[in-house]
Amino acid sequence: MDSPPDSHDPDRREFFKKASAVVLGGIAAAVPIGAGVPLLLDPLGRREDAGAAVHVVNIDSLPEDGTPRKFTILASRKDAWNRYDDAPIGAVYLRRIEGGKVQALNVSCPHAGCFVDYASASRAFLCPCHNSLFHLDGTVAQKSSPSPRGMDSLEVEVRNGSEVWVKFQNFQAGHATKLARA
Amino acid sequence: MKTLFDWLDNRTGFRKLTREALYENVPGGSRWRYVWGSTLTFAFVIQMITGLFLLFAYSPSTQTAWESVYYIQHEMTGGWLLRGIHHFAAQAMIVLLVLHLMQVVIDGAYKAPRELNFLTGIMMLLMVLGLSLTGYLLPWDQKGYWASKVVASLAGATPVVGASIQKVIIGGSDFGHHTLTRFLAIHAGVLPGMIILLIVVHIYLVRRHGLTPRQPVRRPDVAFWPDQVLKDAVACLAVLVTILFLIVSPRLFSPDAPLGAELGAPADPSEQYSAARPEWYFLFLFQFLKYFPGDKELWGSVIIPSIVMGLVFLMPFIGKWKLGHRFNLGLLFSVLIGAAGLTYLAYAEDRQKPEFQLATKQAHASAERAVALARLRGIPESGALTLLREDPLTQGPRLFARSCASCHRFDGHDGMGALPADAASAPDLKGFGSREWLAGMVDPEHVAASNYFGGTKFKDGKMVRFVMKDVTRFDAQQKERLKKVVMAVSAEAGLKSQAGADRQEVTAIEEGRRLFADSEMRCAECHQFRKKDEDATAPDLTGFGSREWLISFISDPAHERFYGKRNDRMPSFGKEHQLTPREISLLTDWIRGEWPLAEPLASAKH
Ligand code: FES
Repeated sequence: MDSPPDSHDPDRREFFKKASAVVLGGIAAAVPIGAGVPLLLDPLGRREDAGAAVHVVNIDSLPEDGTPRKFTILASRKDAWNRYDDAPIGAVYLRRIEGGKVQALNVSCPHAGCFVDYASASRAFLCPCHNSLFHLDGTVAQKSSPSPRGMDSLEVEVRNGSEVWVKFQNFQAGHATKLARA
Repeated sequence: MKTLFDWLDNRTGFRKLTREALYENVPGGSRWRYVWGSTLTFAFVIQMITGLFLLFAYSPSTQTAWESVYYIQHEMTGGWLLRGIHHFAAQAMIVLLVLHLMQVVIDGAYKAPRELNFLTGIMMLLMVLGLSLTGYLLPWDQKGYWASKVVASLAGATPVVGASIQKVIIGGSDFGHHTLTRFLAIHAGVLPGMIILLIVVHIYLVRRHGLTPRQPVRRPDVAFWPDQVLKDAVACLAVLVTILFLIVSPRLFSPDAPLGAELGAPADPSEQYSAARPEWYFLFLFQFLKYFPGDKELWGSVIIPSIVMGLVFLMPFIGKWKLGHRFNLGLLFSVLIGAAGLTYLAYAEDRQKPEFQLATKQAHASAERAVALARLRGIPESGALTLLREDPLTQGPRLFARSCASCHRFDGHDGMGALPADAASAPDLKGFGSREWLAGMVDPEHVAASNYFGGTKFKDGKMVRFVMKDVTRFDAQQKERLKKVVMAVSAEAGLKSQAGADRQEVTAIEEGRRLFADSEMRCAECHQFRKKDEDATAPDLTGFGSREWLISFISDPAHERFYGKRNDRMPSFGKEHQLTPREISLLTDWIRGEWPLAEPLASAKH
């Protein structure tokens, strides 16, 4: 490595060498790391596409008395490189409510995401993980509940008089407000 | 800050360590020839970093390995660059190892007391080769799969223990999920771990015995820092720039060449892969093997390479003898020159083989196709191979070459681009059902040629006679009418490529349908067309060339609807179970030009 012509001063020459060694070495080390970090952060740039409504069941299969029933949601789903048609992507509790309507609740607990149970004896929803208790309409049923909010309701529509269509969605657990998972 | 460092130094003694590391004496001053060890360490560190990142996205199983690598290469941010660096740094390591070895042997740096430096170095060389062999399989593409199969079989041919070793390494009697999990464990765990240990020992020994100066020493000694460090840094950067250049260089020659490391089509044990070759630095062994056919193979695959490796291991001890150093130099250079020569021969041989060229071209085409299909619709659970297995564009030519090309041709070749040895003895099916194809059929100059009925028994049949006698005498007006009949019959096929024309020229097509029955055209004398005709003797042209028609025809050409008893040699592929219904559909769709992404992708991203 030739030194610049004006740096006859040995100190400056020495400094120049040291600085170049550090800079060049730094660049050489930074490139492989720099190539990997974008891949590591790749998930941040990906959005979960909000699913379209799916036909889950016909209203006749829901009990008249408003008892909830659990249904699996089948929809097409993308998981990294794979594409699944009609794969289970989650589950909902469906229940008849007044006015010929249907209520849909995501089974996933808003506290930390466990699968909430329906306790038929007490006609309430009970989460098996930390015992969050919810009313039939999904609201919190305890004074101090582990869950920061009630169960997540989903958009639901009765089409052609009998078909129950649900727009399935997951929300972030642990927040007092319902935030869509992006 | 200073207190923190003092505290740290007190607990670790790092200041002394750094000082020792940086102020190591370099006898005779810094030199470029000392950089190889550092560049190698650098390349190894690159591999550890990029490899670790790749592990974040790689999935080792036969249904996810190719798929996850595809995803890294084509979907994830910067994946092509990361994979490219890992791929080319591996090759750089091999080159650097050879250079380092040359420098050590030429300088006599392997002699006492540095025998162990040398031995640990050679062990690392072998381990790096092991990394390369295992890494080649991990993407689970055709190229890696078949090359690794060869290596595994050679290992399995070792007497006595071979079969068991092979079974343990590939995790069963055949390649499968456990081959990948095992190769990954070896590639990303065992070998790097051992290499790290050996590097520590190696560097410790280098430091203990010092660098070997080239005699005579003319310049004063200096400290490692900064002179030699600067040279090392420049060399490392040069290595890196070379790697980056190799990643982007394909783009310099063609604007849509893939960037970075190649990814072949997904591994398919049922699909012949004539383009199988090992990585370039193993080519010499591949070529070497060719000179040891049959029961002599073991000499080429195990015995001779082991003897050479044994001699290399013994170099430090041989070097003690009077002519030992000369012998070592001779050995090194004869191996290197021999390897270079063999590599050249391997390339030269392949260049002269048209089959190899064709196989390579086909390999690239199916790799591209697999990626295009994966991007179009995502990969099904069963893996990317399903995409290719259900793709008319991929399977059609293969099926055609296998089942049809002994008589038919497709655009003059066998579907895959090769020319069969025997002459065509049935029509060329390129564009079957299209207006051009049918126009040739009613053209006196073509109907009896080998690309239509020339090779069949229908050469003297009614159709050919009609065309040769009647059509030859047609006046311009009659020819015009015949053209409309052709349009009408061709419209039956409903070809994608002709959809526009069919839609626009409805009136002409309508007229053609009427003319078909006209006594002047004589078609209806033999053919049934769009209405029942008990006396028809020739193939029914209702729906001619449509998907349904062609599937039924290939399934059973001897059916009454088609040739009946007059059928020439064509087998009833479906009825006689020579092709499955799925295969017949694929073949049909391909002949009719119906497959996803019929227009090539505007330009794949990478
Ligand atoms: S996850 Fe349901 S209560 Fe904690």
